[in-house]
Amino acid sequence: MNGQKPKLAVHKFSSCDGCQLALLNLGETLLQLPELVEIVHFAEAGPNAPDATVDIALVEGSISTPEDVHRIRMVREKSRVLVTIGACATAGGLQALANFADRDAWMSAIYPNPELIDTLRTSSAISGHVRVDCELHGCPVSSRQVVSALRELLNGVMPREETQPVCVECKRRGVICTLVSKGEPCMGPVTLSGCGALCPAAGRGCYGCYGPAERVNDPSLSNRFVDLGLDRQASARRFHFIANQAPAFKAAGSRLKDESHE
Amino acid sequence: MSESRDVHINIPVLTRVEGEGALELDVVNGEIERLNLRIFEPPRLFEKFIEGYECNQVIDMVARICGICPVAYQMSAVQAFERLFGFEEPDWLRAMRRAMYCGEWLQSHALHIHLLAAPDFLGFDSAIAMARDYPDAVKRGLNLQTLGNDLIALFGGRSVHPVGVRVGGFYRAPREEEVAPILQRLRDALPATEALVAWTAGLDFPDDEQAFISVALSHPKEYAVGRGNLISGQGLETDISFYESFFHEHQMPYSTALHATLDGRPYLTGPLARINLNFHQLPKPVRDVMETCGIHFPSHNMFHSIVARAIELHFAVFEAVALLERYQVPQSSYIEVPPQEGNAFGCTEAPRGFLWHRYDVDQQGIIRFARIVPPTSQNQGRIEEDVRHSLEKLGLNASDEAIRLRAEQVIRNYDPCISCATHFLKLDINRR
Repeated sequence: MNGQKPKLAVHKFSSCDGCQLALLNLGETLLQLPELVEIVHFAEAGPNAPDATVDIALVEGSISTPEDVHRIRMVREKSRVLVTIGACATAGGLQALANFADRDAWMSAIYPNPELIDTLRTSSAISGHVRVDCELHGCPVSSRQVVSALRELLNGVMPREETQPVCVECKRRGVICTLVSKGEPCMGPVTLSGCGALCPAAGRGCYGCYGPAERVNDPSLSNRFVDLGLDRQASARRFHFIANQAPAFKAAGSRLKDESHE
Repeated sequence: MSESRDVHINIPVLTRVEGEGALELDVVNGEIERLNLRIFEPPRLFEKFIEGYECNQVIDMVARICGICPVAYQMSAVQAFERLFGFEEPDWLRAMRRAMYCGEWLQSHALHIHLLAAPDFLGFDSAIAMARDYPDAVKRGLNLQTLGNDLIALFGGRSVHPVGVRVGGFYRAPREEEVAPILQRLRDALPATEALVAWTAGLDFPDDEQAFISVALSHPKEYAVGRGNLISGQGLETDISFYESFFHEHQMPYSTALHATLDGRPYLTGPLARINLNFHQLPKPVRDVMETCGIHFPSHNMFHSIVARAIELHFAVFEAVALLERYQVPQSSYIEVPPQEGNAFGCTEAPRGFLWHRYDVDQQGIIRFARIVPPTSQNQGRIEEDVRHSLEKLGLNASDEAIRLRAEQVIRNYDPCISCATHFLKLDINRR
């Protein structure tokens, strides 16, 4: 990377655009970004060269159309390091809830002529299609996560991935336990940290938007939810939520749904 | 140059819009033969997969339709549920939700004016490029955007997909010492927002008067943001629950966003429509800024949208100051509201236009059916009509590059948020 600045691309697939805002919401810091990297592709901000070869590609969104599949392969080929940002790119996103249903029936319920719209039967994570070098979790990812990952990559090291649950962040911040002290269903014990215990600090239970932590004891947590008055279906809804296709949450929610039918 | 020529312009990715869209244009023998604004955001089927979830979960889910205006989605949803459940917001709650909404108008309008639209007017590809020649203007915009984000986060913990709104109130009320520094920054920002109105009014606008119908919420007591009846410039006034009787959605073969019409005609929603219909309700000092800016409102020049957006940005800061000056920590930040069965309707003014929701809810408070009509699909027909008109006005003999730039600029006047392309048309559906 001597002489020339490293090149950065920001690609979007099926998403709400909220993770790209981690950059667009940087305030004046955004103007310093061109000092570190050359932004060659970032359609929402203006630069538009999706085919350019880059050092770092940030990828937002999930794969949900045949065209997406081709495009992500092209992005992979052209990118030295590919970083996925957010729940859509890392786990298929909230919209992957449609994977559990009859997608064709849903399409024809919404569109008079569904045949005009070419989609896959699932919404899936980028890592299901191409090799991913680093994943940043969250719905959305925060500016802090994205900027520190960029800084680390520019310094030649891979960002260290979070493994601990939100509980650790609550303890660190001195937030009173939502689950034990307030008796409210909280996904903190099974959810990856990185948000700074956002929901417990805001007076409510975590709803799992950073996806599963390294170790997920879902039987124990869902038993606790039952004690707090949630039925199996309501517990299942908490796992089949933002990161519903992350394997640990997908399995936990499906197990609870099966149990509720027994 | 010949009198007429064939032009085929395809703008494969529209940059500086939220989400993804494309424009296809065929000019044959000097006339526009085909003009399609193609929205190819893949359908995400939100209205279907929220079926079976709880009201408070749905408030968090619908935020994910749009990362730029999640507060609007949360506010339309919570309004729908609370209307159905017979809950009336106490004064404190109504004021603080309005303050939070001002934060979203502030950040979204600042983002659009500076990062997305202004580069068009000043001849740059992006705001980052524009910052080299206009550093102060770009910094002002970025700082206002940050202030809006911080105002949202005051109530919601974070600005994208905030976590504060629930049926019956907020999960948590901010402490006075959290409010005070934001209030001070808002007060300090007022001169900059006033200057912004003058700055946008001084841009070079094409002369482009057009006839179009404006539609917006209107409320007798205030400049409508989070409540009101739907009104049009042509005399429509209706409770939001009758939206489906007046407005219709159609699918176009080239787009995943449905087109909406009123009496079979396209209409405008968004800042210019709101200013046109409700400017008399702006607080006096804000109205003075509007009246002395040099652009006359109501206006039927769509390029004045950027000025309308700046006036609303100034209003949002002015209003947030007035609301937060009366801030007191309430006894409780929410009231438990038991769910009731029925049809819930909610409608609020998102930064880029009104956002209408319908939910059919069962006795347990579980969603059984949903329909969401976002502003971009409402504006899509109007955008196509406008692009056609503006290009004819520009002259179809202009260079391809000039046509492309004008078409892009016209589309950006509407601040389209294409992530919202997820819709419902047929009401006779299979219910699970």
